[in-house]
This record gives sequence, C-alpha cells and structure tokens, in this order.
Amino acid sequence: MSTQSVVKASWMDKFGGRGKLIQILIIAILILGVLPMVADIFRLNLYGKYLTYAFVAAGLVLCWGYGGILSLGQGIFFGLGGYGMAMFLKLEASSPENTAIQSTPGIPDFMDWNQITELPWFWEPFHSFPLTILLILTVPAFFAFVIGYAMFKRRVGGVYFAIITQAIASIMTILIIGQQGYTGGINGITDLRTLMGWSIQTDFAQYVLYFACGIALILCLLVGQYILNSRYGQLLIAMRDQEDRVRFSGYDVANIKIFVFVAASVFSAIGGAFFTLQVGFMSPSFVGTVASIEMVIFCAVGGRLSLIGAAYGAFLVNLAKSSLSESFPQLWVVAMGALFIAVVMLFPRGLAGLVSDYATPVRDRLLGLFNRKPPAPKADAPKPESARLQKRDGVSIGSAQETH
Amino acid sequence: MSSPILLAVEDLTVSFDGFKAVDGLSLYLERNEVRVVIGPNGAGKTTLLDLICGKTRATGGSIKFKDLELTKMAEHQIVHKGVGRKFQTPSIYENLTVAQNLELSYPEGRTVMGSLFFRRTPAIQKRVQEIAEEIYLDEDLDKSAGLLSHGQKQWLEIGMLLIQDPELLMLDEPVAGMSVVERERTAALLRKISNNRSVLVIEHDMDFVKDIAHKVTVLHQGKLLAEGKMEDVQKNERVIEVYLGH
Repeated sequence: MSTQSVVKASWMDKFGGRGKLIQILIIAILILGVLPMVADIFRLNLYGKYLTYAFVAAGLVLCWGYGGILSLGQGIFFGLGGYGMAMFLKLEASSPENTAIQSTPGIPDFMDWNQITELPWFWEPFHSFPLTILLILTVPAFFAFVIGYAMFKRRVGGVYFAIITQAIASIMTILIIGQQGYTGGINGITDLRTLMGWSIQTDFAQYVLYFACGIALILCLLVGQYILNSRYGQLLIAMRDQEDRVRFSGYDVANIKIFVFVAASVFSAIGGAFFTLQVGFMSPSFVGTVASIEMVIFCAVGGRLSLIGAAYGAFLVNLAKSSLSESFPQLWVVAMGALFIAVVMLFPRGLAGLVSDYATPVRDRLLGLFNRKPPAPKADAPKPESARLQKRDGVSIGSAQETH
Repeated sequence: MSSPILLAVEDLTVSFDGFKAVDGLSLYLERNEVRVVIGPNGAGKTTLLDLICGKTRATGGSIKFKDLELTKMAEHQIVHKGVGRKFQTPSIYENLTVAQNLELSYPEGRTVMGSLFFRRTPAIQKRVQEIAEEIYLDEDLDKSAGLLSHGQKQWLEIGMLLIQDPELLMLDEPVAGMSVVERERTAALLRKISNNRSVLVIEHDMDFVKDIAHKVTVLHQGKLLAEGKMEDVQKNERVIEVYLGH
C-alpha cells in the first residue's frame, strides 16, 4: 500500500523531512557563518535589521500562505514587540541620575517635555526585564486573539479581514502619534543605550545581538516547520481550500484561524523586539499601513508557501531597498510596487517557487550523477517520503494557487 | 437503542426575507433506515440538509436527533453528536493526498492543540486503509485528491464521512455526474454502509432511488407532498402532477 507504512516515521518528518532541515541548515550557515565573515559590523547590523522582517514574513507564510488569511496589519504586532522592548530600554536610559536636569527626574525625556509628572501605569511593568519579555510575547498574542476572535467567530474573512487589519494598523499609528506624552509621538522612542547596564552600541554588542536575532529566527523557522507538518498544518491547507468541509468534519474553524493569526503575531513581535535592539529606536513609521504592506511584499517575493523562502525574500527585498533607495530615493516606491505586481502575476509562489521549479530538478540530476556509481542507501531511503511532501509543497499547491 | 426514531423534524420552517424555503415540514427517520428525499428544483431539499447540519438556522420548529435539539447547536458540535453531511459538489481537500483527506476526517485531534500534537497511531492507519478499501480507493492512497476522477472524489467524500462513523449520514446527490458503473458501485456502497446507520439521501436519478430507498419523501415548495414506498409514491397523482409526470 502506501509509502506511509513502508517508511518509518523519523523525528525529521515532524519538521518536513530531511530536505527541509538541510535548507534550514543552509540558511543558518549563511546567517551565522557567511554573513558575519564577509560583512563589516556596520553592514552586519543592517543585515540584522533586515532579518527582523524575516520573522514577520515567516508568520505571514503560516497565516496568509497556508491559512489563507491575508493580514495587512502585521506592523501592529511588529510595533507592539518593538515598543515593548523600547519601553524597557527607555526606562533604563531614564534613571534619575541620567535625567537629573528634567523637572521630573526618572521618567523618559519625552514625558517630561509633555508636562507629564508621573510614569503612566502601563509603563511600570517595563522596569523588569523578564516581565518585558513576557509582555513582548503575550500582549501581541492577546491583541491578535481579540481581533481574531471578534472577526473569525463572526465569519469575517478574506478582503474584509485584510481591510480591517489595515485600518487597525492605521488607527494604531494615529494613536501613537497623538498620545505623544505616553508614546514619544511621531519621533518614537529614541536614545536607547543599554540593556541591563550593558551598552548595546558597541561593536561587540551588535555582534551579540545579531547572532541572537539569527538564532531566534532559525528557531522560529523550526517552530513554523513543525506547525506546518503537524495535522494542524494540513488543516490549514484543508481550510483554505474547503472551509465548509472542515467545519462539517467537526472542527471549529474559527479557533484554527485564531491560532494561526496569533502565531503570526508572536513571530512579528519577536522580530519587532530584535529590531529595536539592533536599530536603537522604535517609531510609528514601522507600525503603520505602509510598513505592514511592505511586510506582505517581503513574504510574497520570497514565496508565501515557503517559510524559508519568505526569510530570503525579506532579506533580499530589504537589501535591494537600501541599495536602491540610497541612489534613487524616488524610484524605490515605484520599483517596490512593480515588484509586487510582477510577483503576483508571474510568480505567484515567489522565489521559493522559482527555485523548486528550476533549481531543484538540476540539483536532483546532479545528485543522480553523483550517486550513480556508489549506491547510496542513505540518500535513497527517505526518498518516497520526501517525494510525497515535495508534491504537496510544490506541484499540487502551486497549481491550485494559479487557479485561484 | 431506546426509540426507533433517530431524527425527528417537526414543523420546521425557514424563511429567507419572507420566502419560505422550508415550510412547516415534519419528517421522522428511523434507525438503520435509508430515506431518499426527492422533489423538483427549489423544493427545499438541500435547505433541509442545511438546516439539519446547522449550516442554515431555522426560523421555527425543531430538529431532534436522538434527544438533542440541533437547531441551536454549533455546526461542529452537531458533527460531534454523530451527524455527517456530504455536499452536492464534491468537497475534498484537493491539495492533500487521499490518505491525508481521510486522516484529517478521523475524529481525533479536532482542537488546535490536539491537532498540533496529533500522532498517527497504527490504529488510525488501519482505519484509513479499511475505509479506503470500502470506497474503492485503496490503490490511490498517496495520490493527490485533486487528481481523482469526479466519481472517485464523491466516494472520497463519502469515505471522509464514514471514518467519523456517524449515526446519521446525509448525502446530497451522491451519484450526480457518475457513469453507470460508478452508480452501481455507489449503490452497493450505500447498501453496505447503511447496515448500522441511518442515511438521508437527496437524489434525482429515479433508478438509483428505487435501488436504495426504503422510503421516499417528496417535497414541493418547502412542504411535504407525499411519503411512503417508492411504488406508492410513484402512483400518487399529486406527485405525478408536480414532478414525476414531466
């Protein structure tokens, strides 16, 4: 009968099989080995900033690519994570000694400028680092849960969901800018220097933060890979294609959607927190509608059905963005729009789709030549399984995408 | 096995902006009965199934399954109580394999956490294999479901319901678009699976209806027109007038 019973289940299958793990290993080597070797610390810090968007893009792969839920408001969660970290760093930078010249010492400078004389209650928990980490993960999750619960239980979906998330991102920016005394307003929270007494501006600190960000990204990719290869991951695909059939097979569809939206929001928030640490400030421009739509473009370019592809997409689009906008600032916006249209129309599966269509057959042929003389049982054994997954990941999903 | 009645629909009404798609309908289905609902287009057949499985909410009346009132229950809870429903157009997960389609329908790991930490046990694999044999798809377990023929897709969806072992199985036009051979095999399949459950079928194909039905219910404009054995219903003058005579 099926290969299912013939091939013994291995721990690797939980993450999509050996092939996927090798791909993650490659990206880990690139991020943690190759980039730090070829780039100076200034560039590496920029690369670290690009990688923070890879968290968001990976979240969008789960939520949009597999769950079929397009969120145009991932900046909200990126911002919540980023602001959470910024609030902690800002409080540390605003010790009474550092702020002795203010009329109220011990509170952040922008509060003092806005005639606020007491630290607002919601800033209090950010004195503690463990609590900050907890809030960076739970506040976005809770927020996503509330949005998801309100919408998915009422069966709001598709374009309506996209527009509403977009509107929330916009509301959030307006709120941050309007409440200057509590949030730092349009300038954001700036002048962040130390993390628990440890300067984050030295070269060494930036190396450490870069590696921490890279490791966290790899872990997120592994978690995402686990989710996609569980029964839950299959349910996402099933739900995207035949929502009613899933519902009438006894599943509460709203809960499945809420979970994937929450998971994507937590990924984004982790990215946001690392953004603040590496860039040294957080502002509303990383929260709003433009930022949120850019995040969707990163995901689309990389390939919305591939976690790893989306990570590459986020990195490469940002790389292109900074090199192009350095020389032609006006052109970038147009190029970004053109890129999005081109990807959606010509390569709906993004870079990952191109790679699996063109590069994978070449690689397999090369491996075939290589393996011909000495028969390699190691390489042969997991083949049926990987072929089966390949089919699911590549051909069949791709063909369905084109008919949408 | 207290009462012989499994499903009691009483005075069921649903109105869409004043139009009554189902109007004061009562219907009783016994355990292990195969009932076919027939009627011209717009008679309210599919709406009746939608009401029973919770897809559409009733404006009046009651639906009792065993002793449970279904009209207020959420769709997935109705499924948990033992009601399975097949849609008119085959609704399967085209991007997954046949085995995955069946496995996803297996009644375990239905919560988010349950599905994240679901383990494929040998018992589940065995059950998938059994069902696949029953629906004539055991050779195609690893095939992507989108590549199946139309008839095979219909069987697969029936299989996805069978693996849940529902006490009431509702099928909306299971043989529409099937070849003669496929129809015969479907009829054989239905006879086999109705051994220990009740089946409610909507069908237009009269030969097929004769083949499987214990009793036939004729609907017309949302109301019950006639009910009984196929031979009797066929002789009923009102039925001939609105439906069979054409």
